[in-house]
Amino acid sequence: MPKFNKMLSNIVRLYHQQRLRGAAIWLLLVAVAFSTPSYGQSLSVHEFKLANGLKILVKEDHRSPVVVSQVWYKVGSSYEYGGITGISHMLEHMMFKGTDKYAPGEFSRIIAENGGNENAFTNRDYTAYFQTLDKSRLAISFEMEADRMRNLHLLDEELTKELQVVLEERRKRTEDNPQAKMYEYLMAMAYTNSPYKNPVIGWPADIENYKVTDLQAWYERWYAPNNATLVVVGDIDPDNVFRLAKKYFGVLEPSVLVDAKPRTEMPQKGVRRMTVKLPAKLPFIFMAYKVPVLNTIDNEQEAYALEVLAGILDGGNSARFSKQLVRGRQIAVSASAGYDLSARLSSLLTLSATPVEGVSAATIETAIKEEVMRLKNELVMPDELSRVKAQVLAQSVYEHDSMFYQGMLLGIFEMVGLGWPKMGEYVEQINKITAEQIQAVAKKYLIDGHLNIAVLEPQALVSLVGTHELKGANYGH
Amino acid sequence: MVTKRFIVFFLGVILCSSLRAGVTIEQWRTTTDTAVFFVKTEGLPLVDVRVMFDAGSARDPGEERLGLASLTAQMLETGAGAFNADEIAAQFERVGAVFSTGVSVDMVWLDLRSLSTLELLNPALDTMGLLLTQPTFNSGDFDREKNRVLTALKQREESPGALAKLSFYKALYGQHPYGHPSLGEITTVSKIQLDHVKAFHQKWYVSENATIVIVGDVTQDHARKIAEQLIAKINRGDKAPELPQAIAQPGQNIHINYPSKQTHVLSGLLGIDRNDADYFPLVVGNHILGGASLVSILFEEVREKRGLAYSAYSYFSPMTRKGPFIMGAQTRNDQLSEALTVMHKTLEDFVLRGPSDAELTAAKKNITGGFAMRFDTNKKLLKYVSMIAFHHLPLNYLTLYSEKVLAVTRAKIKEAFERRIVPEGLTTVTVGNKVSENGK
Repeated sequence: MPKFNKMLSNIVRLYHQQRLRGAAIWLLLVAVAFSTPSYGQSLSVHEFKLANGLKILVKEDHRSPVVVSQVWYKVGSSYEYGGITGISHMLEHMMFKGTDKYAPGEFSRIIAENGGNENAFTNRDYTAYFQTLDKSRLAISFEMEADRMRNLHLLDEELTKELQVVLEERRKRTEDNPQAKMYEYLMAMAYTNSPYKNPVIGWPADIENYKVTDLQAWYERWYAPNNATLVVVGDIDPDNVFRLAKKYFGVLEPSVLVDAKPRTEMPQKGVRRMTVKLPAKLPFIFMAYKVPVLNTIDNEQEAYALEVLAGILDGGNSARFSKQLVRGRQIAVSASAGYDLSARLSSLLTLSATPVEGVSAATIETAIKEEVMRLKNELVMPDELSRVKAQVLAQSVYEHDSMFYQGMLLGIFEMVGLGWPKMGEYVEQINKITAEQIQAVAKKYLIDGHLNIAVLEPQALVSLVGTHELKGANYGH
Repeated sequence: MVTKRFIVFFLGVILCSSLRAGVTIEQWRTTTDTAVFFVKTEGLPLVDVRVMFDAGSARDPGEERLGLASLTAQMLETGAGAFNADEIAAQFERVGAVFSTGVSVDMVWLDLRSLSTLELLNPALDTMGLLLTQPTFNSGDFDREKNRVLTALKQREESPGALAKLSFYKALYGQHPYGHPSLGEITTVSKIQLDHVKAFHQKWYVSENATIVIVGDVTQDHARKIAEQLIAKINRGDKAPELPQAIAQPGQNIHINYPSKQTHVLSGLLGIDRNDADYFPLVVGNHILGGASLVSILFEEVREKRGLAYSAYSYFSPMTRKGPFIMGAQTRNDQLSEALTVMHKTLEDFVLRGPSDAELTAAKKNITGGFAMRFDTNKKLLKYVSMIAFHHLPLNYLTLYSEKVLAVTRAKIKEAFERRIVPEGLTTVTVGNKVSENGK
């Protein structure tokens, strides 16, 4: 990186041999971050588009002879409506169940024989399928992804079995996990009409009653080249990727797409509160303020300010939650803050904590509210602000260590409607945020009228009875 | 071989081994005799530094202090030199560095990820060096951290999966140091005092017991300086003695009643250590049986054919001493007996007939064809080099890996499984709600 070295040495010369102060560290971080391949002037992403509407994003990373290929569809649980919640996720499972050309499971066997890793994931705003392969095998991934984009077989007998698998997945992830279950109830309370109120995996009664016709309709509506983005990161030549993609995906017919309805969340009018009683050992408190995101906000800087605000509270071990709640007052064993800047629809700024034994959820709630008040009443300190910015800058370099993660970021920004170039603004925008802007968004958005609170009240788990039996006494294998 | 290597080290010669085009593991010893493993990477201005000690939870001193190794590691960031926890965290974070500690049964590690620019890297290394040499172990911090561990232990009881694992390891290892969880038990952690932490630290966090791994965009000269700087002021001490061998316990069936919707199943026995002679036949065989993602026989039988579970797998977990071989799945409570029957039948069939030619060929293609992906990031590379370093594997381990996989035959797999995976020796732990007939 000759450019990087030159730029850096200039800055180093200015500050050499001095004990670094905030501003100097600052400039160094900026220099490093912005000279790393994807920041600064351009993200180094090559964009192509096929005649059928498939968008192709290619990013070169030549550190290993490996390629990551991801096919992203603009569909997820936030596109679903009552009675079929979770169907995007169910369809994701069914995408491994065969096409005109390949038998159920063959997709996975072929990728495995070619040394590949593969899987898929579904979230609120997208569904994505990925393979990681030796760079010489990219065509295999393209051929089979193109095939299942249009030619999926949705068979009754496969659905019957796979539906049971998804119910097991739900039991594992949600039913037997008190905090996950509480989160599900909280989302259902916090949102009035936004589709974010439904869990990605779906409600059990909906999962149990999917029909092949439901899945077929969902597949036909959303799985088309003009509703997809192909993201490729790795040791490849962008023009070759484009040629290869054209060969395999170019023949697919586009669909006439019907936009999802907006379903804009009704404004919340007052605090909402719930208790969730579940068999558990520890209480847990979860507070969530309704807030806009980059995609839905009038003034984008406010979204970046909310992002920094979350980092002030919980952006590492020196952030306020660790410092004040865990170490200083010692009332929480852990506390965290979260904000999903890149959601498609308005979302939540979440603050959660597990109290220390003997400390009530009410005490934690008060303490968290005091932290919120402090954000409104006082400007954050310059060293806190520069700490968050330093972490963001460093992270923007670290994230290049993973080709998969680089692909994820491009895919997510594309899927939610922000467009991948927006990603290139992130570091610079965070950089510009001031203490005054953080105070302003705290005052504007972290208000009681937009607050949702859930408290997990642990119910006794039945006493644990261990029965030890000698080998061969049961299970009859 | 061992003797030769020994002499070479003392001469201060650097050993190298090419891992893949452009990647080489270099090895040397510091002036205080700590082994250093270094891989230079280019393309990203970052560096990962790991200091490991043979001071994992297997070194917990006896029944009374289970959890001491873990609590000691957790105390490191709470104070060092003149700095308290807030200041230490701030010193790392203001230069964008990420610091963490971790514990397994075999080892404890301190990890630093930093940008490689000297003005950012040096302050982070200074702080890390301070944690290594001058931890304060303040009693207020100790009370708080101990309390956090006790809460985490309580929370562990919310997870049927975690309870199954606890019970499984206990049954498999009995009194062996691998038999207890790294985090300890509520009763044992309650009894740990600050003096125990200090003594544990003094005994095991010594340069003779340390290994350093550096991966990143620094020169070898610079890596040498980093290693010297980190380890120079640490007490020399003694290397940890060898752990006792794990002795196979009789197989047991254990059920723990628990109010969950699913029953968690773990079934297995003592497996292999890192230098086991059967390593390759067993690991390649297991890839076919239950290791390969989405295509293994267990996945096919339990999930694809019958829809009994979301995850169904088997793995060997090689450690310094024999780690476990584990088969696992989670299923709706009323399907437990069917799932167990399928899992055990699948294992028995595999042991009896071994893999088919087609299965073995497919597994070899998957393992060797995807080998580069195992260390295609600096993070993964750090992990692999640490494993090689800690377990004294040859420097060309990764280079030879594919060859050894290709040399495995059906007969070798069948023979190794028959000898090592004796179904009568299986310990099976189930945690779930036996009374429930309906998992909904």
